Amino acid sequence: MLQLLADLARWLTGPAQWQGSGGIAVRLLEHLEYSLLATLAGAVLALPLGLFIGHTRRFAFLAINLAGFGRALPTVGLVTLVFLAGGLSMWPVYVALIALAVPVIVTNTYAGMTAVDPDVTDAARGVGMTGPQVLFKVELPLALPLVMTGLRLAMIQVVSTATIAAYVSFGGLGRYIFDGLAQRDLVQVLGGAVLVAVVAVLLDLAMAGLQRSLFRNRPADAR
Amino acid sequence: MTAVDWGWFPEHIGDMTALTLDHLSIAVPAVFFGLVIALPLAVVAHRVRRLRGLILGASNVLFTIPSLAFFILLLPVTGLTRSTAVTGLTIYTLVVLIRNSVEGLDSVPAHAREASVAMGSRPLRTLLTVELPLALPVIMAGVRVATVMSISLVSVASYIGYGGLGQLFTDGFQRSYTTPVIAGVLLTLLLALLADGLLVGVQYLCTPWARSRTRTARTKTSRTRRTRTSTAGATTAPSTTATTQGKGV
Repeated sequence: MLQLLADLARWLTGPAQWQGSGGIAVRLLEHLEYSLLATLAGAVLALPLGLFIGHTRRFAFLAINLAGFGRALPTVGLVTLVFLAGGLSMWPVYVALIALAVPVIVTNTYAGMTAVDPDVTDAARGVGMTGPQVLFKVELPLALPLVMTGLRLAMIQVVSTATIAAYVSFGGLGRYIFDGLAQRDLVQVLGGAVLVAVVAVLLDLAMAGLQRSLFRNRPADAR
Repeated sequence: MTAVDWGWFPEHIGDMTALTLDHLSIAVPAVFFGLVIALPLAVVAHRVRRLRGLILGASNVLFTIPSLAFFILLLPVTGLTRSTAVTGLTIYTLVVLIRNSVEGLDSVPAHAREASVAMGSRPLRTLLTVELPLALPVIMAGVRVATVMSISLVSVASYIGYGGLGQLFTDGFQRSYTTPVIAGVLLTLLLALLADGLLVGVQYLCTPWARSRTRTARTKTSRTRRTRTSTAGATTAPSTTATTQGKGV
């Protein structure tokens, strides 16, 4: 056990491990690239949908059921399925990652919009604001903390799942996990796992910190 | 892409049954152990304000760790066994179970608790006969989320050889054969749906006093929780979201 930890520490800190085309630095960048692109694309699709549902209260069942569906859908199956259907290119992985990000963002945006005090929106309409004005000047700013939470949760979920890109022969930090599993190299598998875990936790903490500093003046739902 | 091979299904009913049972043998113990661990921790978090942030925060950080990484990090401890998958999933259920149990206990009206104390009940008796039953709807909401999440996450453990229906994914991937993958996805979704429905039934049977107003109570839970978010301070704030959250890999 101690020997294993020592090997692991050596693996994680060895300079050779960090450099080169298969080095940790490159893999880390690949991983972040997949995750950021997928989260961004997910946000572009999901934010308007969430805002629309939240503003009009139409199709609310969609926002509510999407969450349950997203939770029940086995990610591994989704990635495998899209990959088998889409062939050997990166876009099936993106499709799967985006499909993961969308429900979280939609439901949280919707939750943020419904949490806005109806008296406030009534008042906004009362002073003569149009629908879009109410949406962008009142509802969205008030819902922003929860919208941000949705983005953060989506991001973490995508970062975790981007590991699977390596399973279907692409890069990212999952490379070490799946190469290690194939080569029965426990140290490499563990090293990859540590890296993925550290990246996810650090990213979550960083984004939580960012949210806190952005919404410092908000009393409760600021996180 | 090859279309779905319908002939595959009747030929593999035996396999699918075995894998479904295998799937349940990982997901069900995970939720059970999760509940066994979460309830005492929730009671502590409910009673001792100072420990609340610590307990909720710790379970949150554990939840953030990607599941594949978690399973692998457990390997040196538990080895390549079923308990690796069960342990990992158990830890993921904690975040939902603890938070919902704490919120459930918080939602017990003070007068009910005081009445119990006034009738001479000791704290443990108050907890078991008054607080927990009244907190049950919120706790059960957590159990439902934890169950659905566990059922969906089991397949990640297929990479370490214990994935239940997830074996169909690795199998289909290795043979570039779509049908088992589709079967696995559909069966997982079906299993999650059935388990969720079953738990709704259990809750219905366990809370006879709530029956006449189940509908209003359920919609109310989410609403009161949301309003409490804005009054009770930061600790309950992520509640509206975390219950709507899934888990990637």
